[in-house]
Amino acid sequence: MIIDVNFVGLIIASIMASAVPLILASCGELITERSGVLNLGVEGMMIIGAISGFALMTVTGSLIIAVFGAMLAGVLISTIFAFLTQTLITNHVATGLALTIFGIGISAMIGKNFVGIPGKEFPVIFEGLKDTIPLLSPILFGHSIVFYFAFVLPFITSYFLKKTKIGLIVRAVGDSPESASNQGINVKLVRYACILYGGAMCGLAGAYLSMIYTPQWIENMTGGRGWIALALVVFSTWNPIKILIGAMIFGGLTIIQFHMQAIGVRIPVQFLTALPYIVTIIVLVVISRDSRKIRLSTPSSLGKSFYKDN
Amino acid sequence: MHKLFIRSFVSSLVFLFTLTVAAVAKDVKAAFVYIGPTGDHGWTYQHDVGRKAVEAAGFKTTYVEGVPESADAERVLRQLANSGHDVIFTTSFGYMNPTNKVAKEFPNVKFEHATGYKREHPNVATYAARFYEGRAILGTIAGSMTKSNVIGYVASFPIPEVIRGINSFTLAAQKVNPNIKTKIVWAFTWYDPGKEAEAAKALIDQGADIIAQHTDSTAIVQIAEKAGVYAFGQASDMDKFAPKAVLTSVENNWGPYYVERVKAVANGTWNQKDTWHGIGDGMVVISDLDSAIPSNVRSKVKKLQADLASGKVHAFTGPIYDQKGNLMVAEGKTADDGMLAGMMTYVKGVEGDIPK
Repeated sequence: MIIDVNFVGLIIASIMASAVPLILASCGELITERSGVLNLGVEGMMIIGAISGFALMTVTGSLIIAVFGAMLAGVLISTIFAFLTQTLITNHVATGLALTIFGIGISAMIGKNFVGIPGKEFPVIFEGLKDTIPLLSPILFGHSIVFYFAFVLPFITSYFLKKTKIGLIVRAVGDSPESASNQGINVKLVRYACILYGGAMCGLAGAYLSMIYTPQWIENMTGGRGWIALALVVFSTWNPIKILIGAMIFGGLTIIQFHMQAIGVRIPVQFLTALPYIVTIIVLVVISRDSRKIRLSTPSSLGKSFYKDN
Repeated sequence: MHKLFIRSFVSSLVFLFTLTVAAVAKDVKAAFVYIGPTGDHGWTYQHDVGRKAVEAAGFKTTYVEGVPESADAERVLRQLANSGHDVIFTTSFGYMNPTNKVAKEFPNVKFEHATGYKREHPNVATYAARFYEGRAILGTIAGSMTKSNVIGYVASFPIPEVIRGINSFTLAAQKVNPNIKTKIVWAFTWYDPGKEAEAAKALIDQGADIIAQHTDSTAIVQIAEKAGVYAFGQASDMDKFAPKAVLTSVENNWGPYYVERVKAVANGTWNQKDTWHGIGDGMVVISDLDSAIPSNVRSKVKKLQADLASGKVHAFTGPIYDQKGNLMVAEGKTADDGMLAGMMTYVKGVEGDIPK
């Protein structure tokens, strides 16, 4: 096989494209978890986003309505989670799992009428520049708007948490809801907002899969990506930039193992298939092994219900 | 958790059936057990199209989807048999043992098991389709139309059904173009659009200009459409998902068989048998050929299709060699059904090893 730079560029571009849903969902979930809420419903919110986006695209024919509708659907379903965990003070883990099961079930029900319908083509931008720079062109140009958004999002998220006042409030609520509450912060409101934001991002991640990556609807099409996104948040030690790295490694190994098979590298295929999962976890654990930093970045009240009696 | 949900769902469903069945007069009722959701637009979807044909023929049908190939299958079968169904179609290989076990307990209920080979009791029949005949057609088209001489093939799991398909495809392609190479990528999934798309992309990046698939989703043909290469549809006609890329599809057509068998139950003429139908009997259907296929290839395909249908040509006609050059089928001979059913070696010309 001849390795030319454009070939490398193409591979990197496909790695990035496969990382997009993971980055979107992880960055959303990161904000939710930073506020102290553990929402295991990522997979369920993604699949709801996927069917909502696809259904709205088919029914209305408008991609803009579909994308925002998918985000709104993510918000709506996460509102259920927020109401249960924040207002009714239910257990985060159990509620999150229920949300995933609910999401998979209801998406299948809505989706019955949308099986076997081809999706619309999603417009890409800067396509004219595709052949201008070797190596970089396929990476930089000719992608959907959601693709670019996903690669900017970790930096925005990082800036938001570190440099803005609202980011500070979110972190305060996640680290010590009692103190935050005593400072006059409405803990419940902040957590509601963070859960809803997480829902919107997961909805967008799902819509990316059903509208842009593989434009079609079939049941269970998220295929466990929500769980990988959840794992990325933990192994990145709640650092958005490391989520970006983790998602790229995961996507990269998935795609490179297919290339290795196609070239005919004689490594057991089962091992290659498991590789992305193993290596992503190892790398993230290694780059995040500073225990002091882990203590600092782990939201101390993660998964604990906050109940204010007055 | 998911299993528990399915289980409680299934049992409540079955309970409902029991209630309704008690009130209905004695007509022939058929039940279908599916491995996946009817919304997979692949394997299960096509079986459900067959079920609807039975319904259209005037019979009552019920189905249970997403039944795991475990003890759950036995429970579902037992409950379906108990609740007044006269014939039960079990549509996945893994239901083989549960089907035979439950069949013994209900000698008056007929059982039809897809893709299996065990018929331990007189009320168990088996059926399958000779999809490899369809793949020989695809191989002929691919071998004639490739410019890079590299053909990509996204495979699911290393089982005889899939290996047989790869071999049949490759043999047919070699017949029209001895220089072709078939590159196989194992996705280890029947359907995960994301993964299938990535596998197809990898093959296209490595120079494949035609992609064949033995996974169920339409992701691969869509990727081919975007990349400007050709592809083939699987299980159902996928042309509308990729009008330029899809040259043709191999469709699973279970309806006629299902109608025939349910009618046989109604007439009292049902008998135990092993059915393995191909293009000739209409169980394997080749969709319309795309206009991109040149007329000389088109006539070659039409001739092969007719010859396969009439039995004049067999997809596995010797001499066939394996990858190491050992003779598998001698000149002038054809592979028998036993060999086809247990085929676990690649023929010469396929690249790579079969995952163990």
